Amino acid sequence: MSPNLLAIFYLISGILFILALRGLSSPETSRQGNLFGIIGMAIAIIVTFIAAGNFSTGFLYLLIFLLIGGSLGAFIAFRIPMTAMPELVAGFHSLVGLAAVFVAISAFLNPEVFNLGSVGNIKIASLIEMSLGASIGAITFSGSIIAFLKLRGIMSGNPITFIGQHYLNLFLGLSVVVLIFYLCKIQSDNFFWLIIVISFLLGFLLIIPIGGADMPVVISMLNSYSGWAAAGIGFTLENTALIITGALVGSSGAILSYIMCKGMNRSFFSVILGGFGGTDQSSSGESKEQKPVKSGNADDAAFLMKNASSVIIVPGYGMAVAQAQHALREMVDVLKKNGVKVSYAIHPVAGRMPGHMNVLLAEANVPYDEVFELEEINNDFANCDVAYVIGANDVTNPAAKSDPQSPIYGMPILDVEKSKSVLFVKRSLSPGYAGIDNDLFYRENTLMLFADAKKMTEDITKNL
Amino acid sequence: MEIDPFIFRLSIFILSIFIGYYVVWSVTPSLHTPLMSVTNAISSVIIVGAIIASLAGDSETSFNAANIFGFLAIVLAAVNIFGGFLVTQRMLAMYKKKKKIK
Repeated sequence: MSPNLLAIFYLISGILFILALRGLSSPETSRQGNLFGIIGMAIAIIVTFIAAGNFSTGFLYLLIFLLIGGSLGAFIAFRIPMTAMPELVAGFHSLVGLAAVFVAISAFLNPEVFNLGSVGNIKIASLIEMSLGASIGAITFSGSIIAFLKLRGIMSGNPITFIGQHYLNLFLGLSVVVLIFYLCKIQSDNFFWLIIVISFLLGFLLIIPIGGADMPVVISMLNSYSGWAAAGIGFTLENTALIITGALVGSSGAILSYIMCKGMNRSFFSVILGGFGGTDQSSSGESKEQKPVKSGNADDAAFLMKNASSVIIVPGYGMAVAQAQHALREMVDVLKKNGVKVSYAIHPVAGRMPGHMNVLLAEANVPYDEVFELEEINNDFANCDVAYVIGANDVTNPAAKSDPQSPIYGMPILDVEKSKSVLFVKRSLSPGYAGIDNDLFYRENTLMLFADAKKMTEDITKNL
Repeated sequence: MEIDPFIFRLSIFILSIFIGYYVVWSVTPSLHTPLMSVTNAISSVIIVGAIIASLAGDSETSFNAANIFGFLAIVLAAVNIFGGFLVTQRMLAMYKKKKKIK
């Protein structure tokens, strides 16, 4: 196959990838979009086989490895519970990162195949591209591993900080740049390996200080990194499909990080510098501790909801932890049968990754046109009879609007307190991930339901 | 003077960032999780580099280090391609509209 024809095929797969993302603008077109993505990938792989034209023993091994990886991936995709999606995505990011590192290494060891020059005499531009690709890939890999461990609960979600952390990271980052410079000058293998090792370390150090509540930002940021790594490798291999894809994924991750930061009213840098979400930052909570709290049981809650004409449900990470989405939908079915209007309100940073709650509700067969984003539904709280807060906390805290001292001041929140009554399902009065007390617990119109989210929802259904 | 092909690739790259910017802003927030899993899957197109690396060389029986790293990258990318697209498919299949009242 001529190189020109090959390039055109790669361009076609790049376009199909753009269409795959375009499809996600609405759930109706999204499935078709995913199909475009699959076709694009198939084209890229098949033309690469044909262009290589080497159907020897190596090809057989290649197919075997492809099959091993593919069946492993398919197995995971079918078995993974929807609640574990954040970990899965973090895990997948780490694989892209590591794959980028490996491809960069093979290009470095065997530059002739990729037309990059010869060993010890690689083109300067290619060296820069491949070491950037390898470095970003390595950061993506180790950073995603840490994110995975934190999301999975194997590692504590508390931020790990130490003195001089930022200077150390800065130093490591600069030393990667210096090493790339010397690699271009001297072309010694050792520099290349050192770049990769330092980058692994850097990825690890960048993510350990970031707390559980900031995970939506981290996971989007790593998404972005995996794209830039792919683009770096794309430049090295002079491959259009890879360059287009890398740019798409890179900007997609960057936009998601931006949306998540805005949802928390935090600057991107303050998230990256980390340390948020620890317990040591709680603002003067002591004075409030003795305030009276109204608590109720499932019977009270059922009574309130049965007599309501509209109910808004506010799900949060706690719903995912308790796997309460199915129980919730059953409760809503009964309510709807009683003529109650029910809708769902989703805060942009609810859960542990962008869109986390939407996927869980979709899994429980909640139609997506009953699920609304913050801006769409926030005015409706004033006219709603009952707000049912299940597993959310900080995103409903009125302190974000009223208390300039609060660490979450300025964060857009769901105006739950404006509804006639608030049912707040929670296991205890303990503060949320931001480590701050929620004013809402002590409001006149709030009824606390102390129980596991799933069990409480089931009990309410029984009492309806 | 002839233009360096690198400049063409850079142009593609920058224009693609712009396309990505506009396309991703039009993605509905409820599909942000599938967006992440599908971007994951497509960034595994890095497998083309792995294929070239693993098939390089004319040896029939023995493989050099570059080949081996290529094979490893193929396994990783393949997990991502199949896992990413299938899990996206699985998620998207769950998004349903309200049933019409019978």
